[in-house]
Amino acid sequence: MTTTDRHIPDRLQSPLQTRLKSWETLLLVVAVAIFIANSFASPYFLNAWNLSDATFNFTEKAMIAFAMALLIISGEIDLSVASIIALASTAMGAAVQYGAGTPELIAIGLGVGLLCGAFNGALVTGMGLPSIVVTIGTMSLFRGISYIVLGDQAYGGYPSDFAWFGRGYVWWVISFELVLFAVLAVIYAVILHKTNFGRAIYAIGNNPTGALFSGIRVARIKFILFLLTGLMSGVAAICLTSRLGSTRPSIAFGWELEIVTMVVLGGVSILGGSGSIPGVVIAAFVMGLVTFGLGLLNVPGIVMSIFIGLLLIGVIALPRLWSRMRRA
Amino acid sequence: MRVAKRILATLAAAATFAAPAMAQDDTVRIALVVKALGIGFFEAAAEGAQEAADELGNVEIIYTGPTDTTAEGQIEVINSLIAQGVDAIAVSANDPDALVPVLQRAMDRGITVISWDSGVAPEGRQMHLAPSSDALIGRMIIQLAADHLPDGGQVAVLSASATATNQNTWIAEMNEVMGDYPGIEVVATVYGDDLADKSYREAQGLMQSYPDLDAIIAPTSVGIVAAAQAVEDAGMIGQVNVTGLGLPSEMAGAIESGASQSFAIWNPIDLGYAATMIAYNLSQGNATAEAGGSIPMGRMGEVTLDDTMSGAMSDPFVYDASNIEQFRDIF
Repeated sequence: MTTTDRHIPDRLQSPLQTRLKSWETLLLVVAVAIFIANSFASPYFLNAWNLSDATFNFTEKAMIAFAMALLIISGEIDLSVASIIALASTAMGAAVQYGAGTPELIAIGLGVGLLCGAFNGALVTGMGLPSIVVTIGTMSLFRGISYIVLGDQAYGGYPSDFAWFGRGYVWWVISFELVLFAVLAVIYAVILHKTNFGRAIYAIGNNPTGALFSGIRVARIKFILFLLTGLMSGVAAICLTSRLGSTRPSIAFGWELEIVTMVVLGGVSILGGSGSIPGVVIAAFVMGLVTFGLGLLNVPGIVMSIFIGLLLIGVIALPRLWSRMRRA
Repeated sequence: MRVAKRILATLAAAATFAAPAMAQDDTVRIALVVKALGIGFFEAAAEGAQEAADELGNVEIIYTGPTDTTAEGQIEVINSLIAQGVDAIAVSANDPDALVPVLQRAMDRGITVISWDSGVAPEGRQMHLAPSSDALIGRMIIQLAADHLPDGGQVAVLSASATATNQNTWIAEMNEVMGDYPGIEVVATVYGDDLADKSYREAQGLMQSYPDLDAIIAPTSVGIVAAAQAVEDAGMIGQVNVTGLGLPSEMAGAIESGASQSFAIWNPIDLGYAATMIAYNLSQGNATAEAGGSIPMGRMGEVTLDDTMSGAMSDPFVYDASNIEQFRDIF
């Protein structure tokens, strides 16, 4: 029997699993290597509080990356996530001006996220439009609304107990955000790897038509995935707004590409059909460690982006080159 | 595992090359954190900071900032500066409130924190260095017009919008000192709303309504460019002098054509220099930040702090034909 490029997960389970395993091992090695390199490069790296501060560089992005991973595995993408953060944060800021308390703010943040996700989902699944086009449009739309509302102004004056979500510590150096990140990682890993819903996501990504004819409700599942991505953007908006204590329309600018990078670095195929949550978790740590380590060396941000880009290309290209060399 | 080994080796090598010479203990490390890297204004400020460092001798400048003008980007940068235990942080903030928690933590760890250019809320810094003050700007804009009118004359003001706080304050400050300029009469104040076309029409209107007009003062970077264009198009160069506050890159043409003799704006090189001097003096205990007190800033003199712990560096810097070429590429 000849192997094809498209794997049908149920039948090719063992080769797929080995491949995923080796991918995650490779990533883990990279993460450890970066950790060791950082400890040698900067005397300030190995310090519990400094490392704790560094986790804020990726926790909020990673929360969205989990939902984004599911969406990309199903063959869709959402580039409007950072703009959803901006809109949700603006809505929360506006509510504060009318005297909203912390519970209302959380409801508004999550609600706006869900609404934006539903809007994206309806356009993609209801009208059959390509998600990349729809979400490039809503990327401008959602942030555009924030710019119209705020201009060069800012919302502030968040209640003091609201600050806990972004600045609070659960125990010693373990921040609330880090705990939330871990809990969400487990939840998403269970959804993707242990439920029928998760199996259906792989099936849709590998062959949407086949999935449809197998009785999987493709449109409904995709719609739910857009809702989840919107919801996670709402969660990230709450954490980030709480951490900053103020809202400007430029909030979270450019995050969508960092989130997609995190997902792809985590081993999720950009074409859909394969990937894992543990991979995304390790990728989040890799990106966090790289940006923090380079930050300690005062490497300018633009050079950091170059480094992340090279890392992405390297991690993706190396296994392919390797297997090609072994075949030859 | 061969690949993994190779990656490890490469990363280790990269880290070795990237590691800077470890700072010696007696070196004072001052971080100049800007709104975003790659902006001419801030590159010029970094140049000024380096000038201060060379003058002081034992100072290392860390010029850094995010790639986008976001508060969260600056927080990441400041976190890594705190981790390195720098001696001082001088920041031009993207958000006055969002940076307060992280800067408070920096101060808790004994790091000197000041803001400059774009300030941080008072609880998040030891002092703020404003480029100039409302009173100094108000006096400067009328002085610029008066310099070229030894025998007095008629001037008109082309402002931004009628509700623009900055411009209204500056014009009020200008009116305060008009007594020092006898013979100069402000005949009208018009509003171009910081729109190029509206400012242009308002400038045209001024020249028609006041045929003897000698100068237009535009304390806005949009208005001054539009007014200079209107004067040039009306063939009034030499009769009406346009002055006020503008950006050298946008005003270079007007200076060349003669539509504007001179204009003013803060000098980013001086600003970076002064911020570094203040950060150095505060971190070394040569001065303390207290209301009413003053802090030396090298060749820029001293800054005096008001009760919000902020102070003005100097008069706005005057740009004319003698220095426009140097600054037009900077900002």
